[in-house]
Amino acid sequence: MARHSSVSMVGRRVLAAVPSIVGVVVITFLLARALPGDPAAYFAGPAATQEAIEEIRTSLGLDKSLPQQFVIYLQDLAQGDFGFSFTTGQPVVEDLSTRLPASLELTLAGLILSVSLALPMGILAATRPGSWVDHGVRILATAGVSLPTFFTGLLLVYVFYFRLGLFPAPLGRLDIIYSPPDSVTGFYLIDSLLAGDLELFWAALSQLILPAVTLGLFSLAPLARVTRASMLGVLSSDFIRTARANGLPPRMILFGYAFRNAMLPVITTMGIVFSFLLGANVLVEKVFAWPGIGSYAVSALVASDYAPVQAFVLIMSLLYVFLNLVIDLLYTVIDPRAGVES
Amino acid sequence: MRRRDLLKRGTAFTAGVSLAALLKSCSTPSDSTSETTEGTEAASGNGAAATDATITVVSGGGFPNGLDLHQVGTNRPAYGISWCIYDRLVTFGTKTLPDGTLSYDYTDIQPELAESWEVADDEMSVTFTLRKDATFHDGTPVTANDVKWSYDRAVSVGGFPTFQMKAGALENPDQFEVIDDHTFKVNFLRKDKLTIMDMAVPIPAIINSKLVEPNVTAEDPWGLEWVNANDAGGGAYLIESFQPEERIVLVRFEEWKSGPPPQAQKIIELNVPEAGNRRALLERGDVDINFNLAEKDVKELKETGNFTVITTPIENCLYTLDLHAQPELKGEPNPFADVKVRQAVAYAMPYDAIVETAMYGQCVPMYGAENKEPSTIDWPQPFPYKTDIERAKALMAESSYPDGFDTTLAFDLGTKEWAEPMAVLTQEALAKIGINVTLEKVPGSNFRAVLVEKTRPMIINNFGGWLNYPDYFFFYSYHGQNATFNGSSYQNPEMDKLIDAALATAPGDPEYDKNVKGFLKMAFEEMPRVPVLQPFLSVVTQPNIEGYQYWFHRQLDYRQLRKV
Repeated sequence: MARHSSVSMVGRRVLAAVPSIVGVVVITFLLARALPGDPAAYFAGPAATQEAIEEIRTSLGLDKSLPQQFVIYLQDLAQGDFGFSFTTGQPVVEDLSTRLPASLELTLAGLILSVSLALPMGILAATRPGSWVDHGVRILATAGVSLPTFFTGLLLVYVFYFRLGLFPAPLGRLDIIYSPPDSVTGFYLIDSLLAGDLELFWAALSQLILPAVTLGLFSLAPLARVTRASMLGVLSSDFIRTARANGLPPRMILFGYAFRNAMLPVITTMGIVFSFLLGANVLVEKVFAWPGIGSYAVSALVASDYAPVQAFVLIMSLLYVFLNLVIDLLYTVIDPRAGVES
Repeated sequence: MRRRDLLKRGTAFTAGVSLAALLKSCSTPSDSTSETTEGTEAASGNGAAATDATITVVSGGGFPNGLDLHQVGTNRPAYGISWCIYDRLVTFGTKTLPDGTLSYDYTDIQPELAESWEVADDEMSVTFTLRKDATFHDGTPVTANDVKWSYDRAVSVGGFPTFQMKAGALENPDQFEVIDDHTFKVNFLRKDKLTIMDMAVPIPAIINSKLVEPNVTAEDPWGLEWVNANDAGGGAYLIESFQPEERIVLVRFEEWKSGPPPQAQKIIELNVPEAGNRRALLERGDVDINFNLAEKDVKELKETGNFTVITTPIENCLYTLDLHAQPELKGEPNPFADVKVRQAVAYAMPYDAIVETAMYGQCVPMYGAENKEPSTIDWPQPFPYKTDIERAKALMAESSYPDGFDTTLAFDLGTKEWAEPMAVLTQEALAKIGINVTLEKVPGSNFRAVLVEKTRPMIINNFGGWLNYPDYFFFYSYHGQNATFNGSSYQNPEMDKLIDAALATAPGDPEYDKNVKGFLKMAFEEMPRVPVLQPFLSVVTQPNIEGYQYWFHRQLDYRQLRKV
């Protein structure tokens, strides 16, 4: 029953995503063209004449009408062709295939770090509300979210690279003396392990730590706060009181009953935080010279380079749809009622 | 006169002689203030021995976005890569600037892929003799067919490359003739002092046409897409790896014959977007060169005394305040059409404050000349204005706008490090003479559109020309053709006459001097643009890096750098 309902739920969810993806395709196309600035003027180079700009406009296909451009765009999309990025000089597909794993690896590392800190912190704070632990968690979380990521990033670089020399230079995913592992997943940590190269794994990990900490600190606050609030709510509910009255061991009450029930809002928040981090780690990527999609999209945006901007938004929206699906499925795992109700 | 000399002189050069000359000039100390080791200088003068040194570079101002300069949208940093993976037929010599640093010398044409050349007696063509031993990176010998294909490509692809070739009257594939495998002839459309110079800029790079041929498609007859991502050159370095927006690794091409062998075996160029990190990498000793730095970093790194700091005024480049000089703007009367208003602005500008606050003193002031008339044809030269608020007020009172007016000032956020303080200081100063300025911050990509639209009353402009002649600068920024960089949309037939006459003559000709002085004087009086300063191009290196030379393309020449 549960299995059947979750299969049909996946089906319904995927179907429901189709209109939003169509909407995204149309809107990104229109938005990209509504950007101020003239790509032809930009790409025509420093000393271009009006004539040269017009030539560029023709060669970029921007002299065609909007519907015409849209049809061409759709045809290309259908063939899996995302166009060509003028800011990197590469096909967009190639750019995304190297950059998306970089961003995902960084974001996942940041999220794992943040979750592994936020959950214990939230639970500790909830079990001792009003104590110094609670206040300490509140202060740490507030500090983490109120410090801008680029500031935390620069501070970490300054202290741990420039002053102490404990971490390697902020030069992206690998130090210049290493070359990347053969790409299987695109995640350097996993690929280096698959290749059995522990030195490379360590090199990739040491590059990853500072940016992951920067991201983790930033996402600590929402997760810790939601965990605390949700745990507080559950801990004061009737069934916990009953469990306590029945003399169940505190550990079992806390993790067996309270935590599991408090997880739903935490999972939702994790989904939001993850998608937020994926898009919002532009600054971290810039500070650590991380070759991710955030900085890629921003430099394309600054240059009014339509193809990468469109592809970025499209990929991100697909990712969001997928993420929401995963979260919904997680709900049904944690709380079987969720699947039936929806 | 001078030009004829140098053209003729080219024929007399044998490769050996000219290379020795080039090396000799390379071996002068790179910086008068830095204490580099004299001993190694002398040693390297005998032919900088190729070593296995690796030089690591970070730089401001972006990262190369492609390898083919003929591709649409290739950025300025890409010139530096193209410069060392490709050869040109000819290149420029080296001269020592007054401060002891090195610069290219635009009056001195030197052989590169061509070992000699001869200008026909009627001065309507030039014939190049190519090196017989030159090969591309894949081992294919370089022939005149490759040269013709590359030149045809440059004049045919459209956009910036074609435009740049036109600047030297190189416009039509019919101009380029293959005489035999090692002889290439260019027929001139007209006599133009820029023709041979224009063959030494990065655009007419010699591409391996046979290698590109299989990658040509009907839509892309010149293989732009392929060349943009692959190495099709025969220059001193070849591409080991090119990861867009991450890093570029170049290794020495051991078979390179077109110049003295480069000393460094490997060049690693890293993309570090954050200026603070670029500086930290240098200070930690993790990179050898930090190129194209912000003025503040230059000043502070100079003060540490631990690095070699070389700053060179960027030739033919000015930071100016352009005042829209057309009588009407968007259908309204335009106050800046009144020359008195423009002069008042020029007297109200807080020059010293801009130099100190926006540039940290790292620039050449372009104001405060004593004489109202130009005494030389040096360019750039200071204009005869300095901050004098009383004078500015008096001029405003005489103008048609004695009570002042409201206006806007647009600047490029992409250059906000210096442009924003300059704009704010200008705003404050102009308020004193009754001009109320609202600032318009334009994002980097849109600023080009602002320049093209020409609808803003005031903009901050930073135009610089490649070819270092005042007439070339004026042709783009003061001429009635109203090019993109004529930010003031200034149109004056008298001025055009002088500029056109100067373009048609060459330095050394008394007519040329007269015309240049003529348009300079007119610019002094008319003030459609208020020059403030000439910026620096800066490089900060570890003390063991030598051989840096300033180039008009404002990129590093890796072939000349040495690590000792």
